[in-house]
Amino acid sequence: MTDLSIDIAGLRFKNPVTTASGTFGYGEEFLDFMDVGQLGGIFVKAVTGKNRDGNPYPRMAETPSGMLNSVGLQNKGVTHFCREIYPRIKNFRTHLIVNVSGSTVEEYVEVAARINELEAIPAIELNISCPNVKLGGMAFGTVPAMATEVTAAVRKVYGKVLMVKLSPNVTSITDLAKAVVDGGADAITLINTLLGMAIDVNRRRPVLSTITGGLSGPAIKPVALRMVWQVHKAVHVPLIGLGGIMNATDAIEFLLAGASAVQVGTANFIDPTVTLKIINGIDDYLQKNNLKSVSELVGALNTD
Amino acid sequence: MHFQKVIRDLTVLSNIRLNDRHFVLDLMAPDPLPTMLPGQFAQILVEHSPHTFLRRPFSIHNVDYHQNTIRFLIQIKGDGTRNLSAIKERETLNVIFPLGNSFSLPVTGKVLLVGGGCGVAPLLFLARFLNQNHIHPDILVGFRTKKEVSEIESYSKYGNVQVITDDGTEGEKGLVTDHPVFQKERLDYRKIYCCGPEAMMKAVAGLARFHGIDCEVSLENTMACGFGVCLCCITPTDKGNERVCVEGPVFNTNRLNWFGS
Repeated sequence: MTDLSIDIAGLRFKNPVTTASGTFGYGEEFLDFMDVGQLGGIFVKAVTGKNRDGNPYPRMAETPSGMLNSVGLQNKGVTHFCREIYPRIKNFRTHLIVNVSGSTVEEYVEVAARINELEAIPAIELNISCPNVKLGGMAFGTVPAMATEVTAAVRKVYGKVLMVKLSPNVTSITDLAKAVVDGGADAITLINTLLGMAIDVNRRRPVLSTITGGLSGPAIKPVALRMVWQVHKAVHVPLIGLGGIMNATDAIEFLLAGASAVQVGTANFIDPTVTLKIINGIDDYLQKNNLKSVSELVGALNTD
Repeated sequence: MHFQKVIRDLTVLSNIRLNDRHFVLDLMAPDPLPTMLPGQFAQILVEHSPHTFLRRPFSIHNVDYHQNTIRFLIQIKGDGTRNLSAIKERETLNVIFPLGNSFSLPVTGKVLLVGGGCGVAPLLFLARFLNQNHIHPDILVGFRTKKEVSEIESYSKYGNVQVITDDGTEGEKGLVTDHPVFQKERLDYRKIYCCGPEAMMKAVAGLARFHGIDCEVSLENTMACGFGVCLCCITPTDKGNERVCVEGPVFNTNRLNWFGS
């Protein structure tokens, strides 16, 4: 029997397989398909200060080995989350981590402070990397000084594990990683979607209502792996890696590159049970390679 | 009402080509099918190629609980449906179903079903369901041309079928809204159910509204997941942006913002 558990900033996860925010709802939508209690954790859909309608339809374009989305953080706001959604999901037997989003530093702080009060939420993931909102989001994730500022402001009001999710749409990912560590981040999630676009040649129009959107899926995996590896060498906080993970082999690549845990995102849309297959696949890999613990894989990439 | 969603490998029992652009798949489940209602849909995984990354959503065309079979009427639109059209008997397809809501039953009275092109897909299951509830609907189906007119004998089992083609090569000529059914001074239907291209559904919904008739349409917005988490398939309703895959695909047209405010 192998040990799949991992530690991230003092928080013990039963295994390194979690689900990416915006691809797993609040977990409830998956109950017909699987026992969500088997997951390492669920990063629930982004929560903002107030209700957001999100962007107009069309919000999705299928692209080679991936998809573009421009949902735009549609959610009913933090009060609705605390009152309506939290009571329904708080007894899921897995770590529930809330993705906190906003347009201003004040909004991030307000949402983080409200989520801090929820007993069954042991961590938040600060989303400074959403490419699909006009104000805030990615703006905070592309300028190091702003990334430090918003992280530090949230750090003051948030006492539990603070993770920050980085955007790949930057020149130097390590500068941003260092900036959020300076601001007090306990862990870093990377990467969010890559900014992209799709064109309908028959209509000579963009496919998405917002013209550009965020690219996810296997198409971005090599970029994500490279960034995890670079950041792993540059900072000393645990990393949660994501970007196009479709199977256990993909997940193991991220662990070897330096991620302590992974998030599965777009793959949930295609196979709602894919996370369970990935957990089993990692276990098989450990057994075949005579490894006792999954933590032995973290950053074990041999570059000699 | 909650419908248990399942993921199953279904075996292809038959793949029948109706014409250049349409085919019918009969898929068999290894175990008893879950309960389904007309209007619901399924997400079919097309053999992975870089260009068919996501599942493809299709309305349930018919269900046979005795044989454990589920039928889909599919139009070839792109790589995914083209690959699917080539599938052979005894091959399997991975399917998530049943998804979404369903058409509602009228209390009593005369109802009209209007389908255009591949939009007729959910109406066969609906017509049968109405029949089982002692309603004999009028069914108006529109096609481009005679070559695409198909399955009329199937619809005829459950209602009075009228055909219209764009070019007049079969039945009346024109769009479904040009059909004599809609030319009466006063339509006496209790309800109109409609599925087809959006422009057609909007035109039918407009006529229904003019005559004060309740109208339900089935939307087919592009979606990634089909079970409510990607939030890509939304449509604006009187309750804000709702998911076509969960709160829909069937909407009462009074709830959509098709007529302005």
